[in-house]
Amino acid sequence: MTDNISAILYLISSIFFILALRGLSSPDSARQGNLFGILGMTIAVGTTLALPTVLSYEVILAGIVIGGGLGTFIARKIEMTALPQLVAGFHSLVGLAACFVAAAAFFRPEAYGIGTFLDINTGSLIEMSIGLAIGAITFTGSIIAFGKLQGLITGAPLTFPGQHFLNALLGITLVALVAWMTIEQSENVFWGIFLLSLIIGILIIVPIGGADMPVVISMLNSYSGWAACGIGFTLGNSLLIVTGALVGSSGAILSYIMCKGMNRSFFSVILGGFGGDSEISGATTSGDKAIKSGSAEDAAFIMKNASSVIIVPGYGMAVAQAQHALREMGELLKADGVDVRYAIHPVAGRMPGHMNVLLAEANVPYEQVLELDEINRDFAQADVAFVIGANDVTNPAAKTDPSSPIYGMPILDVENAKTVLFIKRSMASGYAGVDNELFFRDNTMMLFSDAKSMCDEIVQALN
Amino acid sequence: MQTGSVDPLIFGITVLVLACFVGYYVVWRVTPALHSPLMSVTNAISSVIIVGALIAAGPSETNFAQIMGFFAVVLASINIFGGFIVTQRMLSMFKKKR
Repeated sequence: MTDNISAILYLISSIFFILALRGLSSPDSARQGNLFGILGMTIAVGTTLALPTVLSYEVILAGIVIGGGLGTFIARKIEMTALPQLVAGFHSLVGLAACFVAAAAFFRPEAYGIGTFLDINTGSLIEMSIGLAIGAITFTGSIIAFGKLQGLITGAPLTFPGQHFLNALLGITLVALVAWMTIEQSENVFWGIFLLSLIIGILIIVPIGGADMPVVISMLNSYSGWAACGIGFTLGNSLLIVTGALVGSSGAILSYIMCKGMNRSFFSVILGGFGGDSEISGATTSGDKAIKSGSAEDAAFIMKNASSVIIVPGYGMAVAQAQHALREMGELLKADGVDVRYAIHPVAGRMPGHMNVLLAEANVPYEQVLELDEINRDFAQADVAFVIGANDVTNPAAKTDPSSPIYGMPILDVENAKTVLFIKRSMASGYAGVDNELFFRDNTMMLFSDAKSMCDEIVQALN
Repeated sequence: MQTGSVDPLIFGITVLVLACFVGYYVVWRVTPALHSPLMSVTNAISSVIIVGALIAAGPSETNFAQIMGFFAVVLASINIFGGFIVTQRMLSMFKKKR
């Protein structure tokens, strides 16, 4: 196969990848989009296998069978609530794979036509070093994110004095090493860049708290794309550049949407330290203010007599695996003639769109699931706002209290509903460490329980 | 196109910038409800670095680069299969009202 034909096939493959993302503009076209993605990947792999330099089919087949088998097994077994960890774990693999490809290119550049060992042309060398560095940062950063999401390491931000200074110093050293590489090519510098990037990857993620994970995952998504892009430049392969840019910009846009959903700058998220236990704002204290609490029967009675109920799910619903019980509750209410809808805050859950997937898993039709902008005005006409596992995203302090750490964050205006039912295990504050004054409002009824058992009890009471 | 005199780097940057624009406009059209599948499908397609891995693993003689290539093929395959399958699983759940 000539180079021109493979280049055209790679182009076709990139077009399929663009169509794969394009399909996601609506749930109706999304499945077809995924098939386009698979087709694009098949063409890319097939074209590469047909290159004259690719000969060891047994080795490659073994690799694909081992990897493909593992991937298939994991993807079939994974619980939808564990999706954020899974995605973080997958990102780490892309990062590491990019490092391996960079290593292969460094030690045997002839295979890619970019020079000979220790005599690689400068441009390719810089591109390779950048691909290696981003790959390594993505690798360890994603592992830390995985650990935090899986609960293997604490979700609380880990900060220490001089942290930013150390990170800046390491960053500068990394740039210096890349520069050194262009002057004197050596194995030691190559491994130096690799090791240093691994360390940087760990250090940039540890200070970021659990509630900021949607931004972190999106950011690592973006990095994994740029790593592919860097490798694409090294190999002079347009397909890798295009795909890397698509993934990179996708992750960047998602990070932006998540930051906007929290009214925080990307920079402040990256610097980290937000959402620690030490950060309790003095604006409101629980004190002895009166709260009203109710039972599942009370909640069932109120909702049965309502004409419209808006359900606000958050990460707590995912933790309690309450989505199926919640859907059952919603269906019983609908059967009683109640208008039931779901309101999703952009940063609800631990990754973008997390709640939508869980509700879809529980068979909630997607027409009933609405975004913040679409539904926020309707709270004023709603009889009941049913908050399950969400907290900070409903806190009116975000609108009224300039001293609150979450001030300015767009929130779901649940307090405008006639009655707010708020499921919570205890009076503890949310991830931002802020008290929610909603608890003390006259129209709020607290339902102290685990999210799933409360839904189950309400379902029983409705029957 | 006459690219003989143009540095491949400039050519690559041209492709990169144009692809970023395409990515920007395509991704903004993705409905927020499908942001999770977007992440898993981008994760799958970023494993297109398997192209680089295959070239490294390709030569018939065994050396360090080929071993690196083999491991990269394994990792990228986990992602490709895992990413597309989990996306498919998610998307199959998004149903209309019955």
